[in-house]
Amino acid sequence: MKAAATLVILAVLATVPWWIGNPYLLHVLIVTGIFVIAAMSLNLLLGYAGQLSLGHVAFFGVGAYASALTSLGFSVHISPAMVWQVDAKPAWLAMLAGIVAAGLCGWFIGRIAFKIRGAYFVIVSISFAEVARLVATNWVELTQGPMALNNIPPLFGFYKKPENYWLVLAVAVIAFILIQRLVSSKAGRAMIALAENEALATSVGIDVTRYLVLATVVSAAMAGAAGALYAHYVRIVDPDVFLFLYTVTMVIMVITGGKGTLAGPVVGGLIFGLLPEGLRAAAIRPEAQWIVYGVLMVLVVYFLPQGIVPALRRQAK
Amino acid sequence: MTLLSVSGLSVRFGGLLAIEDLTFEVREGEVLSLIGPNGAGKTTAFNAITGYLAPSGGRIQFAGKALNGLKTHQVAALGLVRTFQKTSLFGGRSALDNVVIGLHTRAKQTPLAIMLGLPYVYREERALEEQAVAMLQFVGLERRRSEAANSLPYGEQRLLEVAIALAAKPKLLLLDEPVSGMNPSETASFMAKLADIRALGITVLLVEHDMKMVMGVSDRVVCLSQGRIIANGTPAEIQRDPEVIKAYLGEKYARAHA
Repeated sequence: MKAAATLVILAVLATVPWWIGNPYLLHVLIVTGIFVIAAMSLNLLLGYAGQLSLGHVAFFGVGAYASALTSLGFSVHISPAMVWQVDAKPAWLAMLAGIVAAGLCGWFIGRIAFKIRGAYFVIVSISFAEVARLVATNWVELTQGPMALNNIPPLFGFYKKPENYWLVLAVAVIAFILIQRLVSSKAGRAMIALAENEALATSVGIDVTRYLVLATVVSAAMAGAAGALYAHYVRIVDPDVFLFLYTVTMVIMVITGGKGTLAGPVVGGLIFGLLPEGLRAAAIRPEAQWIVYGVLMVLVVYFLPQGIVPALRRQAK
Repeated sequence: MTLLSVSGLSVRFGGLLAIEDLTFEVREGEVLSLIGPNGAGKTTAFNAITGYLAPSGGRIQFAGKALNGLKTHQVAALGLVRTFQKTSLFGGRSALDNVVIGLHTRAKQTPLAIMLGLPYVYREERALEEQAVAMLQFVGLERRRSEAANSLPYGEQRLLEVAIALAAKPKLLLLDEPVSGMNPSETASFMAKLADIRALGITVLLVEHDMKMVMGVSDRVVCLSQGRIIANGTPAEIQRDPEVIKAYLGEKYARAHA
């Protein structure tokens, strides 16, 4: 039953490019899909390990920049006499570099989180994202700063929208399966235990630091993959990929969909990713679009504090 | 044979000496109770032994290994597992999930194997679930397996705590006031459960205020007052000890008793 439902959903999702003729709508779906991947990665940290990363966009941005730079080639002056020269690499290899770079940042943040939890973790993660944005803006030699990195080659030579849609869908499915495996295993249980009751978790022999670092590394690497997809799809990256607004968008997707559920970020992500476009079409004036968006968000959080997916599940019972 | 030996343990909170020069040992297979008036330092001793707080002095040895400097999870992995004075569960999760989390150190799966979805991970998950069900059966909660831990009645929550601790495969189980707040019949059934735990070959160090339970289940009793051991002996000896009576009831009663 459940397997059949999964197959139907996948079949519908996979055939979308054939029955949606409007290329703009397909573009919106691709970008939403990329954000759904980022939201899923945030959910691992926020929903399962219970740590609010308000700088999650940093991993997304690091993935985007690292992937874009590796695919374009770059040179960095380490000292006046020493230059680190990297030639342009194929885009798929660049994406791997983006994932690894983001994962390393996640490891770093996770190690710091060993000492700090709660509000302090939030502050560290915000600061990290802000520092990353400032570096991207000011290290013009490497990042072109506000002039942006242009002409980023697409992944696998995919210039057309349907190809990119399927690529994003494939990465989203892989990310979903990875998270599903993690959370229904020893590792995921350790993260859940950390979120629920840290003192009890350590008393039964769980090395919470280890699993917190694992959660941040996997989460950051996935956000990095989303960032790399973004960079090679829109083919231009500027420091705005580090905007706090994007973190907020991811948090909204996770919270409204239902944190700590597998489907939550997907449902929340699709709704709050596509909603602005739907409202734009429906609204008489552009201001109304965002007012309605805000009101809907408040209503969801107010009436369904656990999120949409847990509420639906209770209805089903 | 000595399983746990604590020698010269002291814990200081700023200027306050919570425990001073505490020395005792727990022998393999016995039930040893730590009693004393409120504030005597019983829970502090638990926290120091299990690595929740760093002692200011003294040595703790468990099965021949020094515990000083080890983190709580490392202490637990050696087989020294505790419960908490205040009910402590993974509240939002089902009773079964709570126990499966407790089985953590028994699972061999690595993060890489998990993400690759290797077959042994699934086999191990099934085996863990079976073990968890067996643990729930042991404490008599198997019919509650899918209920959320925080929705269980109080007495059952305390039993679930024990099931979680047992899941962690203790050699020595430290129970911190396990029957506090239980009614007499719940306490009686808990005492029976403690006998079952003993029968599994698990040594028990008990902190408890319920004297009927302490005198009923303990092989030996150590009495603490104001951070120091004032008496150490069999339950019968402790009940007659004037120092113990003085600590609990005051000088006047101690004289009257003698």
